[in-house]
Amino acid sequence: MHHKTITELSQDLHHKNISSLELTTLFLERIKKYNVKLNAFITITEEEALKAAKIADEHHAAGTAGPLTGIPLAHKDIFCTDQIKTTCGSKMLDNFIAPYDATLVEQMKQAGMILLGKTNMDEFAMGSSNENSFYGPVKNPWHTDYVTGGSSGGSAAAVAARLIPAATGTDTGGSIRQPAALCGITGLKPTYGRISRYGIIAFASSLDQAGPFAKTAEDIAHLLNVMARFDERDSSCVDAPVPDYTTTLNNPIQNMRIGLPKEYFSEGINQDVAKAIEDAIKVYEKLGATMHEISLPHTHLAVPAYYVIAPAECSSNLARYDGVRYGYRCPHPKDLEDLYKRSRSESFGAEVKRRIMIGTYALSAGYYDAYYLKAQKIRRLICNDFTEAFKKVDVILSPTSPTIAFKVGEKSSDPISMYLSDIYTIAVNLAGLPGISVPARFSKLPIGMQLIGNLFEEAKLLNVAHWYQKETDWHKHIPEGF
Amino acid sequence: MEWETVIGLEVHAQLKTKSKIFSGASTQFGAAPNTQACAIDLGMPGVLPVLNKEAVHMAIKFALGTQSEVAHRSVFARKNYFYPDLPKGYQISQYELPVVKNGYIDVLFENGESKRIRITRAHLEEDAGKSLHEDFHGLTGIDLNRAGTPLLEIVSEPDMRSAKEAVLYLKALHTLVRYLDICDGNMQEGSFRCDANVSVRPKGESKFGTRTELKNINSFRFVERAINYEVERQIQTLESGGKILQETRLYDPNKNETRAMRSKEEANDYRYFPDPDLLPLVITDDLIEKIKSDLPELPQQKRERFISQYGLTSYDAVILSSSKEMADYYERAVLASSHPKLTANWITSELLGALNKADLEINESPIQADQIGGLVARIADNTISGKIAKTIFEALWQKEGEVDEIIENRGLKQVTDTAAIEKMIDEIIAANPSQVAEYRAGKEKLFGFFIGQAMKASGGKVNPQQLNELLKKKLMG
Repeated sequence: MHHKTITELSQDLHHKNISSLELTTLFLERIKKYNVKLNAFITITEEEALKAAKIADEHHAAGTAGPLTGIPLAHKDIFCTDQIKTTCGSKMLDNFIAPYDATLVEQMKQAGMILLGKTNMDEFAMGSSNENSFYGPVKNPWHTDYVTGGSSGGSAAAVAARLIPAATGTDTGGSIRQPAALCGITGLKPTYGRISRYGIIAFASSLDQAGPFAKTAEDIAHLLNVMARFDERDSSCVDAPVPDYTTTLNNPIQNMRIGLPKEYFSEGINQDVAKAIEDAIKVYEKLGATMHEISLPHTHLAVPAYYVIAPAECSSNLARYDGVRYGYRCPHPKDLEDLYKRSRSESFGAEVKRRIMIGTYALSAGYYDAYYLKAQKIRRLICNDFTEAFKKVDVILSPTSPTIAFKVGEKSSDPISMYLSDIYTIAVNLAGLPGISVPARFSKLPIGMQLIGNLFEEAKLLNVAHWYQKETDWHKHIPEGF
Repeated sequence: MEWETVIGLEVHAQLKTKSKIFSGASTQFGAAPNTQACAIDLGMPGVLPVLNKEAVHMAIKFALGTQSEVAHRSVFARKNYFYPDLPKGYQISQYELPVVKNGYIDVLFENGESKRIRITRAHLEEDAGKSLHEDFHGLTGIDLNRAGTPLLEIVSEPDMRSAKEAVLYLKALHTLVRYLDICDGNMQEGSFRCDANVSVRPKGESKFGTRTELKNINSFRFVERAINYEVERQIQTLESGGKILQETRLYDPNKNETRAMRSKEEANDYRYFPDPDLLPLVITDDLIEKIKSDLPELPQQKRERFISQYGLTSYDAVILSSSKEMADYYERAVLASSHPKLTANWITSELLGALNKADLEINESPIQADQIGGLVARIADNTISGKIAKTIFEALWQKEGEVDEIIENRGLKQVTDTAAIEKMIDEIIAANPSQVAEYRAGKEKLFGFFIGQAMKASGGKVNPQQLNELLKKKLMG
């Protein structure tokens, strides 16, 4: 049962082959059994889940159930959940019970999905390996010596290990797509502004975007149908029409123009990863799509620009954690300054401190023009690169990550090499574009391929990804023991 | 050496919106601490600001009232600093691109001359909460009710040359924002706050001297006193060979002095950058036009109209247009009196004098506008004399009734019947033969004696002009 897709589970629930309560109990049992090994969950919301499942079953009995009613779900612990601990992977918020639901949490509740728990993550979503969590690293279900990627590692691992059929994440520089790739599942980062940010604990506001994890593109389409919605509480949310993403999944992709950025296939790319992309090209050519070499000339500037903009915004976004109103407060502060300094230095981890310092520096008087302003100009150039590219092609194909998962501890002392593992995902955030990662081959561990679409063209991305999954079965591989 | 004072003012006007600038919480003053702060005002994790359009409309009104440009595109920026009453660790303000820029206000001096004070910019921002240091036994209490209240920060050019000019400008601004109905102007509650940048330079010098910024000057009187003190301090410092430090100084009204608060070196680096949670504020010409068409008559227009329509002196016009309530009161009184100038005199001298003494505002006046108008009408149509009018004014103040009632009940109607006056004069002449003889012999000073007798006999009600004429005639013999 736990191997089934959302689409299949929805059928089962509607045909009363299984009740939501049974399904919820089944997944709760799996979480309790395997979380010790994977450390994917920070909080398990068993009591609330069982209550919600009973209500979902009533809806099924009354015939008022929607397609997702009664299906279990996990939220990354970055989404505020009313009266439920919301830690953001940080000691700072270890004691924080959110007083309200994030808009997305509300939406999933309204759709009848059952929240089973909150998943582990890099502290304040800063990281590419999930080693930066106050709650310890998440282990990759394919091999527990290896990282899951990050920052949404808990959600990715939980879906990969079939502890949950669907989970949410956020993606600021690749935090959905990269762990999806490293864990062998499907993950979508929608267009910036497609999903409300209200109630998502901010890391870098101009880049943060929520999105779903699931086994297949089809499942992602179901989830996106509920998640994509305008929210007047988020000024950056866009009031664009929301199509039914499930209806275009099987549209023919004959003559679909697929772009291959030459800058993405130069040095540093792992041979197996390159092979995965070559194979995917063959699949698409067989389906009648056409391949086009394109150029994204400012690719090499994406990582440096990102590591100015994201830290700058984070340095300001994290200023509210000052020990005054909520969160960690140091014991016996001498005075106000001592309260600030110790509350923050005793509860933020090394990576968070590093980024706050970088960002504070980049925004300082005398450095602003050289760093922040210049980075914003680069961001504009990167956007222009994509605008040009999408005049020639419908979607862009690339690896999600230059390598497969690395071992826990392998890169944690080398932040630069860690930052470079986001090289294919970061530009997409800077440009605000949608991107999806789908499983494509294995090299002992999973490899992900990324499809990038133009603004608000999630339907096209899902359509292209779905055809790949109709032709291949990489997404059906299950890690051993799960 | 002769010194010249240079002053620029920064005014924070709290906008009269019902809810806060970035949240739906109420802006009502005086609620129990922290009862008017929602998750957004508290800076909870994950919350986002949404701009209150009403605040934008008010900023546009201000621009239109000061001949300023409305920026078609302005940007909200974060001003980053740590303080317990600043929940997010940054204040949302506007920095490089403010919503209003390049305007002016003409202020009018008592002698009728005017001066243009330029407004550099006005920008929208959120207020912080309040730190309460009393009643917490060595601790600090935080009240976040005020956090997120919309402010318009109005920055002038350094165009003022004396404390008096600064006060005139501040009063003109105060009048304007209340006319526009965008700020209640309540200085005690902090709805209208002022900081002053003050420097001095040798007369004739074109470069500005080093300035200090004065804080805590939240009444017109304090503004004048604080600036005067600070100018004196700066001159003395310079004349004794010292240097002025660029610093923020706090005014202490009890001691009437300013004290150094923090120097430029200690000043924060606010690390301003555009707020990624808010889109640039785009204002269309259509919106500006719409707001323009709904704009009320403004103080300067009203002042000019009072001069041309009613023939008032500019001094009276300034006083009578100093607030919308005052102007409305005056115009209602004129409607009842049909004598604009006499009405202006009665309001500016008698009524305002009495209100001042009783510490009342015009809208709290015990005498209604139509009553003062009615009183003036009775003076104008000779029913009563100016002297009797003062008695009636007193009675109106005591709420004894309407003007005509008081005249009737107290028998104060002026005697204008020639025959009756003549009869009275005849009696006085008959009763005072020796004085009449002396007068006729050339002692003209005695004329006043006869006037006095007549006034006494009539209870002050005799028409003074008629009395004058008839008395002269009769005394001539």
